[in-house]
Amino acid sequence: MNSENTFIIDGTPIPFEPDQTVLQAALKAGVFIPHLCFYPGLKPNGNCKLCTVVINGRHTSACTTLARSGIEVENNTPALHDKRRLLLQMLFVEGNHFCPGCEKSGNCQLQALAYDLEMMTPHFNHFFQNRKVDVSHPEAFLDMNRCVACGLCVQASSEIDKKNVFALSGRGIASHVVINTPSGKLGDSDFALSDKAASVCPVGAILPKRRGFAVPIGQRLYDDLPISSQTEFLTTREA
Amino acid sequence: MSLDNSSAREVLEPILERYSRNPHYLMQILRETQEHLDFIPQWAVDYLAEALALARTQVQSVIDFYAFFYSSPRGKYRVLFSDNVTDRMQGNTALLSRMLSKFGLTQGQVSGDGLVSIDTTSCTGMCDQGPALLVNNYPVTRLSSQRIDQICELIKKQTPLKEWPTELFLVEDNIRCKDVLLSTEMVNGQALKRAVELGPEGMLAEMKTSNFRGRGGAGFTTAVKWEACKNAPGETRYVVCNADEGEPGTFKDRVLLSSFPERVFEGMTIAGYTIGAAKGLVYLRAEYRYMLEQLQAILEARRKANLLGKDILGQKGFDFDIEIHMGAGAYICGEETALLESLEGKPGRPRIRPPFPVTYGYLGKPTVVNNVETLAKATLIAQNGGAWYRGLGTKLSTGTKLLSISGDCTRPGIYEYPFGVRIAKILEDCGAHDAVAVQVGGAAGTCIARHEFGRKIAFEDVSTSGSLMVFGNNRDMFEVARNFAHFFKHESCGFCTPCRVGTTLMCNILDKIAEGKGTIYEMNELSHLYQLLSTVSHCGLGQSAGRPVNDTLQKFRPSYDRRLKQKDFEPAFDLDAALAPAREIMERDDIDAHLGADL
Repeated sequence: MNSENTFIIDGTPIPFEPDQTVLQAALKAGVFIPHLCFYPGLKPNGNCKLCTVVINGRHTSACTTLARSGIEVENNTPALHDKRRLLLQMLFVEGNHFCPGCEKSGNCQLQALAYDLEMMTPHFNHFFQNRKVDVSHPEAFLDMNRCVACGLCVQASSEIDKKNVFALSGRGIASHVVINTPSGKLGDSDFALSDKAASVCPVGAILPKRRGFAVPIGQRLYDDLPISSQTEFLTTREA
Repeated sequence: MSLDNSSAREVLEPILERYSRNPHYLMQILRETQEHLDFIPQWAVDYLAEALALARTQVQSVIDFYAFFYSSPRGKYRVLFSDNVTDRMQGNTALLSRMLSKFGLTQGQVSGDGLVSIDTTSCTGMCDQGPALLVNNYPVTRLSSQRIDQICELIKKQTPLKEWPTELFLVEDNIRCKDVLLSTEMVNGQALKRAVELGPEGMLAEMKTSNFRGRGGAGFTTAVKWEACKNAPGETRYVVCNADEGEPGTFKDRVLLSSFPERVFEGMTIAGYTIGAAKGLVYLRAEYRYMLEQLQAILEARRKANLLGKDILGQKGFDFDIEIHMGAGAYICGEETALLESLEGKPGRPRIRPPFPVTYGYLGKPTVVNNVETLAKATLIAQNGGAWYRGLGTKLSTGTKLLSISGDCTRPGIYEYPFGVRIAKILEDCGAHDAVAVQVGGAAGTCIARHEFGRKIAFEDVSTSGSLMVFGNNRDMFEVARNFAHFFKHESCGFCTPCRVGTTLMCNILDKIAEGKGTIYEMNELSHLYQLLSTVSHCGLGQSAGRPVNDTLQKFRPSYDRRLKQKDFEPAFDLDAALAPAREIMERDDIDAHLGADL
């Protein structure tokens, strides 16, 4: 292995290609770094902060940091897992997540990460924010209770679908996804279930209508293997 | 759609024309729209989106992001009380209540007749003459009960703002201590002429010699920034003046812009000349809207004097002009990449760095972003040379620093000191005789306790963007920290998880402690949150949001401890409060309808 195009994660050499980020190279090499707002094929935007690693003593997002030869990355450490767990707990109390009644359960990246990082409780008090549900579209519904403001649907809709259906609006804790129609309803947009934006949501905020429990709970994506063992899937899915 | 609505055309078309239907001017277009209509109605959003070829959500998300844009009517008179901790100390809470009761309103409510709304806002930069408020973005300072009554009368009579007594809008400079910047005379064009004599390379060399560091807070060496931008590939470059002075307790840029604007504009022109930029942009915070016409008149005079425009000072090819962009109430836009986003007509969310603005800035072009004070001081270096400047201050922090001093002192205002001045000396000069704490550098800065008053103002010791708030021995440092925590919660842009959620969690915990329900558990939670926010947040806002709490926890622990319950844990969920709706339904409020308050 040529040391000119490798870097180190927790003592393991990781090869990389030019323009690859630390996260992309790590996943490709089978090394898992927790992440939520990164999706292959979409520009990394670095907002969830779950992929925070330590490079040369500084905390940084692995999804937005370009791999450079020789850098040493701390990833699988108790201190970083503590921080990531806190971030997950923040997301769980910010929104209204009821896994047992959610069709996304088992396929949900937020839930999978929480299991993987051994998050036992939400720890903080829930915010119980009043979030909207939009059932105006014939094929899909939006449940903003579950939205984690990752922005993937916004990106996929504008960058890939070229429809610009979604946008992030508001500020601070009031940040939320809005729909680009005069009524603000998804049903009045040209969104379709075949859009890439329909499939990138890491949680259950965008789901198809009239399809429930087609695959039983217990046999879903993250039920067999924890998310940390599914690096191949996480790199090969393409937006 | 109301595209055929003639009033839409009448109001919006002249504004759109003025900005050449350029979507990058969306912020300015929205500001002017609101100045005409008092808020931005849905039909205006639709019309502007179509005229600017933007998605309507792009227009809506800008309106929703900035505190001073309104989607729904907020009254003909929109009153916002500055709610910095210094305003609190000066009694703004009682004045706010007085005004609310005069109109029979609650905070944030719009009166039934659509006349007035009253709310609070982040620090408006009038801390040396507070308590202060903004009415339709124009500041009224030195509030008193009489002044509040006077304002209420004016509003009730629906007197147009233009006809209000001018003394209400008087903003004082309060310059108390002058050093080289505030005492050196400058004939307009004098520093620029000297820079042209030196040539771009020569001017850059003087900047290097001066070892001058940026005055916005981060303290990056200005010459390094200028050189990196000058050498960045590309034809078009920009100079941006960061006048989004939002750090609570800071107002020195306000004084520079109102009394030394020539220096600021001349500094921008020198920067443009040095790096090869033809355009400069001033990003002026919305709270300083009242200065806009005056500043534009000065720019016009400079154009007439050939100090701006084409072939400046007769130098063939030296073209430079300056535009002023108004912000709309967002502290985050003081962060340079958020500022650039805002200049481009977008919500002010900080960009991912690298790339840095010197290579990828405004509209993706190499851009120097400098603080107002930095640019003003560049004129001094042009006038007197880098070696002279280097002789002032300390080795690592050359020159002088403007400080905005407020709080418990007899002479609040602007003080210019050479770097290296001790805090004790400053406190003596401003008449702070019973200070127990000084917040240096605003809410995002450092809380200094009495035993540290021997420390120096310098990048290598106590670094500051220029704010110094003094707290006397009767002040409750817990409440100071709580005020700052709420400020950060309000100003978090919401981009990254730790800051978006963490600032709210911190406020919830501090509020719980304030209610007397805190335990040792909450104290540990605060420390944990601070650790997380300071390390994993996307930008400086989140990274510093926990600092006031952490500093006061370390240095003023008793102000927390005396509020704590002597228990390990107290649930945040209040069972008795949760029964309130049940009591309402039963129309009962007797003792048996309550759970023991303090079991």
